[in-house]
Amino acid sequence: MAFAPSSTSSAPRTPTGDVHLPDTARDLVKILVAGPFGVGKTTLIDSVSEIRPLHTEEPLSEASAQVDDLAGVRDKSTTTVAVDFGRISLPGGVVLYLFGTPGQERFRALWDDIAYGALGALVLVDSRRIDASFDVLGLVEESGLPYAVAFNAFPDAPRHHTREQLRAALDLEAGTPMVTCDARDADSSVDALLALVQHLIDRNAPEDAR
Amino acid sequence: MTGRRDGRPLVPAYLSTGGVARPSRSHLERLSVLTGTRTPAPAGLPAAQLALLDALDEGSLTVVEAAALLRLPVSAIRVLAADLIDRDLVLARAPIPPAGRFDPDLLKRVADGLRALKHI
Repeated sequence: MAFAPSSTSSAPRTPTGDVHLPDTARDLVKILVAGPFGVGKTTLIDSVSEIRPLHTEEPLSEASAQVDDLAGVRDKSTTTVAVDFGRISLPGGVVLYLFGTPGQERFRALWDDIAYGALGALVLVDSRRIDASFDVLGLVEESGLPYAVAFNAFPDAPRHHTREQLRAALDLEAGTPMVTCDARDADSSVDALLALVQHLIDRNAPEDAR
Repeated sequence: MTGRRDGRPLVPAYLSTGGVARPSRSHLERLSVLTGTRTPAPAGLPAAQLALLDALDEGSLTVVEAAALLRLPVSAIRVLAADLIDRDLVLARAPIPPAGRFDPDLLKRVADGLRALKHI
């Protein structure tokens, strides 16, 4: 895989072996890191998580197994999908969970379960294959989750697109944040998450306070 | 006992709940916090319930963390945890107060916390 985690300019956080919650944990919140396969969801989660990367195996419905066409996964008996997650304990007793969420329509039931109670979604997009993200954007919008878009900066990503062209290609509303990040880099990933959280704060602020 | 690191899980998912498909209580979220009550487990507690109880010995876990550790689907942990809650062996707590997720103070603490990360 061309985009495996490797050397980064800001070192990944050092994960601990123990996944038990710190005693200080008070408010647990979650953000979805959504996007098509191979866009860098797991890479981003790993770069900021304080626990070693964990995942759950989630059963898929019979119907979805019938149409499984995952690249490199031709085994038609595959009936589960791995959902990665990570955790960041923040000062003040807040624990932020990141859930890597596949965005295909056939994962809708799983999506609804993971999205329940989420603050919002960070939608990762690969500018070399923007159309691969249409499904996930549709699911996010349908679920009513507020979101921000982050282009994962793949080394060979085309650079000739203007921001306006990218925004138009994704059909984004004017207020939807759009940033570029390097999912391998902890600080860069934190910045992308911050763009989303700031958007959540702004949209909840009363008009006259903006 | 936190399940095997490699290979198949100790308890197959379809056997882990003793055939029960739905939890006995309404809704345990992925991020509901499970804490053991330190009450001695009764004799004859099924192995899967015991495994979950063991995992909670060292501290609290969310439902999704318990699922990852025990290598069981989240849906199975929901069933097992609900059973343990009914037996007063486990307490569950919601991740955040109801309707609290868009609380401006909470969002601000998330943003401030993320900013602080960058200066470590």
